[in-house]
Amino acid sequence: MRPRIQLLGPELIGRILREAFELLMNPGVRVGSAAVELLRSAGVDVEVANNHGVARIPERLVQQCLASAPHDFYLYNRQGEKAVHYGGDDVHFDPGSCCVQMLDPETLEARPSETRDLVRIVQVTETLPQFAAQSTAVVCNDALLSNDACNGKHAPGAIGDLYRLFVVLQYSDKPVVTGSFSAAGLEGMIDLLAADSGSPDNLRQQPRAVFDVCPSPPLNWSEFGSHNLIDLARAGVPAEIVSMPLAGGTAPVTLAGSVTQHAAEVLAGITLHQLAAPGAPIVWGGAPAIFDMRTGGAPMGAVETAMLNMACAEVGKHLGLPTHGYLVATDSKLVDAQAGAESARSATLGALAGINMISGAGMLESLACFSVEKLVIDAESIASAYRLARGIEVGSDEVRSDEVRGDRIRNDEARDQKAGDEKARGEKVPRETLATATFAQIGLTGEFLKLKETRALFRQEQHLPSPVIDRSARGSERATDVLTRVRTRVDELVGKYRKPSLSEDVLRKFQAIVDREAVRAGVEGIESGKNVGVAQATK
Amino acid sequence: MSDPLFGAMRQSIIDGAPDRAVELAQQALTNGIDPLEAVNQGFAAGIKFAGDQFGCGEMFLPDLLASAEAMKAAIKILEPEMLKRGSECKVLGKIVLGTARGDIHDIGKNLVATILSASGFQIFDLGTSVTPEQFVAKAKEVDADIVGVSALLTTTMAGQKAVIDALDRNGLRPRVKAIIGGAAVTSKWAAEIGADGYSRNAIDALELAKNLMGKVDSKDMNKRTALA
Repeated sequence: MRPRIQLLGPELIGRILREAFELLMNPGVRVGSAAVELLRSAGVDVEVANNHGVARIPERLVQQCLASAPHDFYLYNRQGEKAVHYGGDDVHFDPGSCCVQMLDPETLEARPSETRDLVRIVQVTETLPQFAAQSTAVVCNDALLSNDACNGKHAPGAIGDLYRLFVVLQYSDKPVVTGSFSAAGLEGMIDLLAADSGSPDNLRQQPRAVFDVCPSPPLNWSEFGSHNLIDLARAGVPAEIVSMPLAGGTAPVTLAGSVTQHAAEVLAGITLHQLAAPGAPIVWGGAPAIFDMRTGGAPMGAVETAMLNMACAEVGKHLGLPTHGYLVATDSKLVDAQAGAESARSATLGALAGINMISGAGMLESLACFSVEKLVIDAESIASAYRLARGIEVGSDEVRSDEVRGDRIRNDEARDQKAGDEKARGEKVPRETLATATFAQIGLTGEFLKLKETRALFRQEQHLPSPVIDRSARGSERATDVLTRVRTRVDELVGKYRKPSLSEDVLRKFQAIVDREAVRAGVEGIESGKNVGVAQATK
Repeated sequence: MSDPLFGAMRQSIIDGAPDRAVELAQQALTNGIDPLEAVNQGFAAGIKFAGDQFGCGEMFLPDLLASAEAMKAAIKILEPEMLKRGSECKVLGKIVLGTARGDIHDIGKNLVATILSASGFQIFDLGTSVTPEQFVAKAKEVDADIVGVSALLTTTMAGQKAVIDALDRNGLRPRVKAIIGGAAVTSKWAAEIGADGYSRNAIDALELAKNLMGKVDSKDMNKRTALA
């Protein structure tokens, strides 16, 4: 039996959806001008004033769009293999995004994140099987030095979104969870992915990335958000709606009320998206949180925040849609006990809720700061969460392969020991009984360690943590803390990492797209390839 | 004689009870109490208490907002009489507020506006996605003391610098102080773009604004000394 946690149940979900549909008619949803024509052509009443409209979307139309939205889809890795399954109860994790600050592991101070930080995050994520996907985790402040607002002409980050993806694609084969900072930025990013896939059609057939698209609470699909949804739908690139009601701040204070607002926002988004291109892949996602009544912030480590994510996903699952949530993050500013407790708790809850993609690992300070060290500790929590979500299994009489659905952990330590595994795999072990057959073999001798079944089964019964988790007996040396151990582990993982080899042709295409977008944004300095040099020189 | 009345006024603000505050304000007018005194000794004391309690974690944002709303309601009743007596409620300073260009997130900015206005500042709220030119025009129009720019997104933080640059170009600084805030904003960013101040939350923003108003003269003085 696979353990599951549900917080709502069908009756309450029915009420939530009924009220969400009511909200879509009254007060309606604010939409950007990009959405007005689309909605009007579908017969929706849109009142327009001052460059934005208020749409009243009838349930009939939303239901029609829900019917055309796919119930599942895959993200592919560079080798063209299915690597992430959005659908059912499959659970995947990716690092959080997108920070501007990085926690320096030596000084433990936050400083602006740079290209070398993003590269290190990608390298570590690439080696950890707990992460099914990469994310464009941090803004590269160093790559923006030459195009900041100092000259009064351009905003920093004019192509910062494109540049992040440019770096990640060079350093990783895994699928990518990303997002654009502006309507203009999206086009270049899709071009980059198409160049990576070989053609726009290949990208459509085997998408490598999913784009987060955010409505603004309450009930507002801004110009930028509407645009992105429509463009992604038409390009056939998966979109992940990240609605983020803050209970009490930008949404009703009750958790149920916030889940209802979330549902209305996502339903409106799906309607826009499916009207633009019926059948385009879309994810029922979110980053809901409570609103902290002392600080006005969004405490990502709060248990209520985890509850909101679980409940929102439960509504999406009820509708048969792929789901996403924002967990495994903390509000602590350091990699400390609070960070560990909050992140492990929400990783566990997210896995038990069966959320398809869970973003947030590695993030500190309510999503303001990233730490590679935390990312690696979070991977341990995620591995444990996966183990728990697999539940207690009985009755199999053959050693399973480790590719069983729902258990996507291929622990790298375990993989190192694959030789032993291979030997054990396929051998019959007695599992008709729970314990009596075992005792029939050894009687009262207590020689469990010698048993063939022990050797054959312990790797699937027990998750074997990396040395980041200290289980050793106290020796003569001084005990180490987790930060000390994880620093070593990060270095090991980076040492193990191998950069993918991209063809000269693809790299040239990447560069041409970045150059083109830099010129379009009026950015100077990146076209010289200087910053690309930074990215490449790091490893 | 009027001590219990002032005490009740203070309490109505702490309780966040606008109806009660209005009732007490009307009572003060009926009793012929100087409205300025009613504010200073009654209602404003309540706001100060609420702010202090918030600072030490005993009161929360919804409590604080309720107090601010009650304060506004009371002032509205007292204002006509104050104008009549020529004893306009002392404005601590004039502050122009808005979110940076491209940023529509205004929850933090609204909190700051409410707290500052309840505490005696005159607020000119330009709303969301405000251009540097709009900030400059408003600051000139109302002869602002402080301009506050909020940005939630890392991508719109640049808009804060653009406003500061525009204030500089138009020769409004250092007389007009520029302050910034927002989730991703740090004191380091504030220093980097030459802001006069930054605060992490609305209550700290009140302290910051008060300090800056206090500093306005001394800073100019320092400058003069330096030039001499």
